[in-house]
Amino acid sequence: MYEFEFVKPATVAEAVAALAEEDAQALGGGQTLIPTLKQRLAMPSKLVSLTGIPQLKEIGDNDGVLTIGGAVTHAAVAEAAADSYPALADLASHIGDPAVRNRGTIGGSLANNDPAACYPAAALGSGATIVTNRREITADEYFRGLFETALEEGEIITAVRFPVPEKANYQKFLQPASRFALVGVFVAKYAAGVRVAVTGASEEGVFRWREAEAALDASFAPDALDGHSVDAAGMIGDLHGTREYRAHLVKVMAKRAVAAA
Amino acid sequence: MAKVSMTVNGKAASGEVEGRTLLSSFLRDTLRLTGTHVGCDTSQCGACVVHVDGKAVKSCTMLALEAEGAEVATIEGQANADGSLNVIQQAFQDHHGLQCGFCTPGMVMSAAALLKDNPKPSEQEVRDYLEGNLCRCTGYHNIVKAIMAASGQDVSSIAAE
Ligand SMILES: Cc1cc2nc3c(=O)[nH]c(=O)nc-3n(C[C@H](O)[C@H](O)[C@H](O)COP(=O)(O)OP(=O)(O)OC[C@H]3O[C@@H](n4cnc5c(N)ncnc54)[C@H](O)[C@@H]3O)c2cc1C
Ligand code: FES
Ligand code: FES
Repeated sequence: MYEFEFVKPATVAEAVAALAEEDAQALGGGQTLIPTLKQRLAMPSKLVSLTGIPQLKEIGDNDGVLTIGGAVTHAAVAEAAADSYPALADLASHIGDPAVRNRGTIGGSLANNDPAACYPAAALGSGATIVTNRREITADEYFRGLFETALEEGEIITAVRFPVPEKANYQKFLQPASRFALVGVFVAKYAAGVRVAVTGASEEGVFRWREAEAALDASFAPDALDGHSVDAAGMIGDLHGTREYRAHLVKVMAKRAVAAA
Repeated sequence: MAKVSMTVNGKAASGEVEGRTLLSSFLRDTLRLTGTHVGCDTSQCGACVVHVDGKAVKSCTMLALEAEGAEVATIEGQANADGSLNVIQQAFQDHHGLQCGFCTPGMVMSAAALLKDNPKPSEQEVRDYLEGNLCRCTGYHNIVKAIMAASGQDVSSIAAE
């Protein structure tokens, strides 16, 4: 790691001020950023820890909307959402391993937007709202491709608001070496319609499988997806799985998610 | 350099560290508590697991300064007050839960974290909890057996030695 200064502010305002400095970067749980720094793939002059800010650790459940602070760990989401949004709790409880879940945060995961990460599927599949220190961004607007988001320089995720669906489920096909998703599909059924979000599969990052959403709106059953498929072109092809394999897995995981929801 | 202070195994500990100093380096190099092992340094193997405020974390993937004011527990603090092995450590010995022993500090610390939250885990729960602890020697069966035994459960039906 290159050298950097470390600060741990106690309020969002102090963190935002510290991040205004050139080459300052936010530090959530560090479960992505610290490995990146070790590889010298980033060279921040200052790391601004978000883990000492009480406001970012709040969790609230109001009128069918679950609000999770930006620095809430995966383990805390798994516990807090168990009754209010079980599919989200289940997703959080299968990220990485217990030690990763005790440090890694929802804000860090969504800011990083790894194409194989789990939370992007939950946020897009739930039509969540990403709340920052500056504005509110709908999930449909937020994800912009591999490791790309709508976040601007120095902007921090303060909370994520999840509308709680009638039913939902996340199916993760594990890539056993990385413990990320080889393909993951999040299906959520709302009064306004079904949402299907796919992670791990596309070269463009997390995406909505709209054809499946329309089919499931007509009939929320696994067979409703018979005859539908995603195009293998544009899927990720690597040594863990070909494009065709991933395209196939998207449908299999989507059917399993519908069956389990 | 900055000063960092924390409680390690019940005793006050402090030292001068850089922003980039890892908790694992602070424990091993500054405090000379070398029981915490660094197997991969890439957040994969779990040999470096310690408890920070009661929660299992990979000390190679946390900055020392993040642990300011925290209660840290390492393998060195696990033995009973009289120096004898604690229940988990003794079970690892009794059930041959280690061979080279490199992964063992992390295994024992993960096991301790699991049993604190879930005193009678099922075999599957033990295996799931060890997802982030890699062992190159034992094939895991005897580690799982040791943890089940440490929780006071009958292990006669668990995979052969
Ligand atoms: C062994 C292992 C297995 C893993 N398995 C999975 C898995 O199965 N599924 C999965 O989804 N993830 C997995 N992860 C990644 C893990 O979930 C990370 O915790 C997460 O991606 C990043 O969160 P963090 O809080 O650790 O962020 P950090 O590493 O601290 O930061 C990541 C990035 O986000 C920025 N950032 C952090 N917080 C905020 C914020 N509040 N606002 C704005 N920017 C912010 C940082 O500046 C940095 O650019 C795994 C990681 C490891 C080490
Ligand atoms: S040394 Fe920390 S996870 Fe391997
Ligand atoms: S006993 Fe050798 S790595 Fe586990």
